[in-house]
Amino acid sequence: MESKPRLLTILDIATIVMLVIATGMVFLYAPMEAVMGNVQRVFYFHVAAGWVGMLGFLVAAIAGIVYLRTGRREWDIASLSAVEIGMVFAFINVVTGAIWARPIWNTWWTWDPRLTTATIMLLIYAAYLLLRQGIEDPDRRARFGAVYAIVGFLSVPLTFFSARLFRTIHPVVIGSNQPGAEGAFDMTPLMLQTFMFSLLTFSIIFVDLLWHRIRLGKLADKVEQMKLKVMG
Amino acid sequence: MKGDIPLVRSARPAPVSGFLRAMSAVVWKDLAAELRSRELLSSMLVFALLVILIFNFALELDTKTRSTVTSGVLWVTFAFAGTLGLNRSMAMEKDRGCLDGLLLAPVDRSAIYFGKAIGNLIFMFIVEIIVLPVYSVLYNTNLFHPGLLLVILLGSIGYVAVGTLLSSMAVQTRTRDVLLPILLFPVAIPVFIAAVKASSGFLQGTEMAEIQPWLTLLITYDVIFTSVAFMVFDYVVEE
Repeated sequence: MESKPRLLTILDIATIVMLVIATGMVFLYAPMEAVMGNVQRVFYFHVAAGWVGMLGFLVAAIAGIVYLRTGRREWDIASLSAVEIGMVFAFINVVTGAIWARPIWNTWWTWDPRLTTATIMLLIYAAYLLLRQGIEDPDRRARFGAVYAIVGFLSVPLTFFSARLFRTIHPVVIGSNQPGAEGAFDMTPLMLQTFMFSLLTFSIIFVDLLWHRIRLGKLADKVEQMKLKVMG
Repeated sequence: MKGDIPLVRSARPAPVSGFLRAMSAVVWKDLAAELRSRELLSSMLVFALLVILIFNFALELDTKTRSTVTSGVLWVTFAFAGTLGLNRSMAMEKDRGCLDGLLLAPVDRSAIYFGKAIGNLIFMFIVEIIVLPVYSVLYNTNLFHPGLLLVILLGSIGYVAVGTLLSSMAVQTRTRDVLLPILLFPVAIPVFIAAVKASSGFLQGTEMAEIQPWLTLLITYDVIFTSVAFMVFDYVVEE
């Protein structure tokens, strides 16, 4: 039984400290937005969670490609781990978005391109988990998972473009805004610092969780092998 | 030595023609099997007509609503009937161990993929060609617009390209036919959006400049997913 790596423990502590600091910055350091008020503060974690969701799905697709090329089980574990973490954060992204949208757009939900894409993305990875659940042979499960992670990830930008050809009301805080976006605002330097720090924090959380989840996957594999040895 | 050359040539035919021959053999096999059993096309067709019938009551397709929802109804019908066909075509291979036989054949695996995909595409076209006039007669609208036919061609190619790949995965799982629509629909959403928009554009006589982006999107989807499916199909059927 291998013990928990020192570096991972350090990373755990760093993650917790950063999350506390980021939360403090969101509520105390960043100024209140003039028009939207306090509800705007959800923006920092909303975007950061969305970023981690996308990052997770990207990592899953890349790990899928590497798995298909090398056939090493670690990459399959990495791919599944990235999907699971990505789904949690994509869900946080959708929920925080709805909380913000209720007072600003006066509705929890609207069929805006980003919202549509986020939902379809969640459905794709729910299908990914269902697919894996339906296969017993671990080798085949890994291969099919990798193929679907690649196909699913490739369809996401196309879904976004197709949904974007409809008009959008989602604000674009970074980059140029389309006319008609509601709830847009310009970031002050303090807001930008808080935002950047949130992004960094969430990226670190992602790395930390991914490491834990991969380690868990490997340990689960080992337990499985030991069980077979005892029974056989 | 000179005498050896033709011998070598005949033993190893040029790879491209071998690929085409293997591919058309798979297509031919599917068509011949269908011609004898007629179980795939007949169920797809009856199902498609039932879906249209249900939509009639669900949406109350009076003249006013019809002009705006026709393309949506058509594409939902095609998608549902297509899933049925894709599932059946792969389940047939799996049930009777045909897939193993196909895989044993000393041909490129991607030839099998393209063969199956073209077979599925032909079935889907047949259903679409029958559904279109029936819909036109039932709802008294003229659907014979060359633009619409182009959209149906492009949309079906994209749908079948992904569908063939995913259905060959779905039949190898425990949940089988339940899984295909769950896997296929979220990935095929861009096809539906673009196809519905482009079809209704042609049917309502919108300007070409407005339809163009949707056609571009369809072509992009077709190219990307045909090539991806071609690249990964090997891993899906590997034993």
